[in-house]
Amino acid sequence: MPILVFAEHHNGIFKKSTFEALSYAQDLAHASKSIVTAVVIGQVTSQLSSLGAYGANSVISVLGEGTDFFTTEAYSEIIAAEATKINANTLIISNTYCGKSIASRIAVKLKAGIISGVVELPKSDFSVKKTAFSNKASVMVRLKSDKKVFALVPNSYEVKTYDLSPSISESTSNVNAATIRTKSINISKVSGKIPLTEADIVVSGGRGMKGPENWGLIEELAQLLGAATACSKPVADMDWRPHEEHVGQTGITIKPTLYIAVGISGAIQHLAGVSSSKVICVINKDPEAPFFKAADYGIVGDAFEILPKLIERTKQLQA
Amino acid sequence: MRILVCLNVVPDTTSKITFKDNNTKFNNEGVQFIINPYDELALTKALELAEQTQGTVTVIHVGLIDSEPNIRKALAIGAHDAIRINTEPKDALFVATQIAIIAKETPFDLILTGRESIDFNGGLVCGLLGELLNIPSINVATKIECHQNTITATRDIDGGKEQLECSLPCIISAQKDLCEPRIPNMRGIMAARTKTLTIREAVAENDYSEYIAYELPSPKQGVKMIDASDAGQLIDLLRSEKKLI
Ligand SMILES: Cc1cc2nc3c(=O)[nH]c(=O)nc-3n(C[C@H](O)[C@H](O)[C@H](O)COP(=O)(O)OP(=O)(O)OC[C@H]3O[C@@H](n4cnc5c(N)ncnc54)[C@H](O)[C@@H]3O)c2cc1C
Ligand SMILES: Nc1ncnc2c1ncn2[C@@H]1O[C@H](COP(=O)(O)O)[C@@H](O)[C@H]1O
Repeated sequence: MPILVFAEHHNGIFKKSTFEALSYAQDLAHASKSIVTAVVIGQVTSQLSSLGAYGANSVISVLGEGTDFFTTEAYSEIIAAEATKINANTLIISNTYCGKSIASRIAVKLKAGIISGVVELPKSDFSVKKTAFSNKASVMVRLKSDKKVFALVPNSYEVKTYDLSPSISESTSNVNAATIRTKSINISKVSGKIPLTEADIVVSGGRGMKGPENWGLIEELAQLLGAATACSKPVADMDWRPHEEHVGQTGITIKPTLYIAVGISGAIQHLAGVSSSKVICVINKDPEAPFFKAADYGIVGDAFEILPKLIERTKQLQA
Repeated sequence: MRILVCLNVVPDTTSKITFKDNNTKFNNEGVQFIINPYDELALTKALELAEQTQGTVTVIHVGLIDSEPNIRKALAIGAHDAIRINTEPKDALFVATQIAIIAKETPFDLILTGRESIDFNGGLVCGLLGELLNIPSINVATKIECHQNTITATRDIDGGKEQLECSLPCIISAQKDLCEPRIPNMRGIMAARTKTLTIREAVAENDYSEYIAYELPSPKQGVKMIDASDAGQLIDLLRSEKKLI
């Protein structure tokens, strides 16, 4: 049962979530004695063969019409066509905005069952764990269809290294660009910053930060730690921070290895977006703040005294 | 312009999530069900667009009779009519398949869904339905504007935003910030009583998935408190104990 992985890249550089998807696929392939094919759409600057180190047995590079930039329509058509060619019956796609928008269309094209929000390897009966109730629970779902599409949540599976020298082949896209009905007019990327959904470490501020003028402290700590910044809903609602940073039930769901929350009370709707972080640190001046119940480390104190201390200690250790 | 809004009904965001029958079923005892928050945005946006174009808004829900108060609420907010497909919604593909049957009978110019249902967090119906109907799909839109035969939309992409132009018909999923949700007023509530709610029976189709068991996250080991006077120790612990930084 060949496994296909959509090797997402950004400006020609493979994403970490792609390496996670490949490792996931290779571990799944190993259990079922099959092979992993990575499909790369468009030009990349990274070496195609480098994907072998993360679990690809073979790599298909697809070029031609509709491959220059991402569109949901063209990319789903291309992946479905490649899956059919190699007779793939399991597809692993990252549960990113881009990945999810094509995963569902591909599933219909291939008459496959689909599960999104996947966080673990499937069991032998193809039941797999997915997040549910906005991270307040998880559910085991079994797919009964012959073909299966899994959308794997970034930061859920460890990147591993394999010693594989993948075979590389080229393929020409089957897309007729004239049939693509959506046209991209403009893309604005939040430049220079680590996308929140892909960040390993996130430093986040709430209403306890008092005002946007104080975010320098959050940003400085984040920069020292190589972290992305986030915020609670009221902070985004008051325009202290851009809405792209709002995490929680109605914002983005994140799963970093480390989440540092400063001046955030820990309302249930906030926790929904961050509770599956591996380690949570909470800084709050109120010892009764509910967030402490969900924390691994806590400091009761004033953010404006604590943050400078954390910044200073980080600088010392990095010196 | 004829607009279809896909409406799901989900446990209120503050609900305590528990399970029963040996963790095989969601325990809905004492749980209040609401219109999925993203679908509320989709509905409001649909009403705004319909007002601009002298159009109509139909809401569609796949689910059992218990959902009717929330469907009536959607009518009270301003939807013109509603369809309920009377069956247990098994999974996203099943739901999309049922809705596709209706949407093929009476074509719509625009279909709106929520970004995801906050119970199973699938985020799949938009793309599935788009493909089933062979129309373009745009996920997680924070802005939608209607023109003659096209729409422009802004959607979230990984690490940024993309502005798109798309021909009609198409399907779009609503992300927060799309609009401010409307709440029903007294006149709307009165009017909703006489609006049409059509009940349709489901067509049996694709039985691809099975929800086996639920699990609550394992409770935290307990928080380790660090004294504020020695806050820097947190950084040391994250380094030595957790090897995170
Ligand atoms: C349907 C719905 C959806 C929602 N979705 C979300 C969501 O997605 N994300 C989200 O975040 N919220 C969401 N909320 C809102 C949520 O319920 C809370 O109101 C919100 O998370 C509170 O934000 P906060 O913790 O920043 O502010 P507050 O609750 O005001 O908490 C501020 C905290 O800062 C502490 N503090 C104050 N001063 C200092 C200081 N000097 N130093 C240290 N600590 C200090 C206080 O002790 C307090 O605990 C939602 C609510 C609803 C009803
Ligand atoms: N049972 C349902 N009936 C009608 N629409 C639904 C149903 N389930 C999901 N949807 C729509 O599909 C969107 C995404 O749902 P999901 O793919 O389940 O996360 C929701 O926001 C709704 O707009």
